[in-house]
Amino acid sequence: MFHPSHFAAVVLFALFASVVFGITQRETPRRMVYYGIYCFVLFTASAVVLSWLMFLIAR
Amino acid sequence: MATTQDNNAAAGSGFVYLPLIVGWLVPGAGHFLLRKWGRGAFLAASILGMFVMGIAMQGKLYGGAHDILEILGLAGDLGNGLLYFVSRALGLGADPVQVTTADYGTRFIVVAGLLNVIAAVDAHNLRTGRKS
Repeated sequence: MFHPSHFAAVVLFALFASVVFGITQRETPRRMVYYGIYCFVLFTASAVVLSWLMFLIAR
Repeated sequence: MATTQDNNAAAGSGFVYLPLIVGWLVPGAGHFLLRKWGRGAFLAASILGMFVMGIAMQGKLYGGAHDILEILGLAGDLGNGLLYFVSRALGLGADPVQVTTADYGTRFIVVAGLLNVIAAVDAHNLRTGRKS
């Protein structure tokens, strides 16, 4: 069985979702890559920011 | 890279919903049908990877529709097409969620299904010539 850490799960989720978003939402290969990277950064960064917010609220 | 001529040829004749149906049943197959080998391979790898990891994390495969949340989960799972039916037939996927990562696994499986629907619709758009 596979038991990733919370962060590893976030990164894997962001990676797979970003690949699909990049390919399906843009037309040229270059724009697909840029949009995929953009989505990956947004997914990962927003998860980190929200995690810190929840941590600070819980304190 | 496909040219406009190729796209027009792809949008020419035949059953336009075939890439949509095939793409839903087998992730990436709708793009393979349209000879978009690279896109299809990346989509198949991403969707299959997400689904397999969800199963490996002991995620739950929704089987019934007892309340609204289960109906939504089942709708997402059904997006995986044959992957869902084969996995159910093989008895894969934990029923009660017992470990923390299993909850992630359940979400991975549902999102893999939703991404597969997006990919299948993209294949349909390529087939109709709405996208190149």
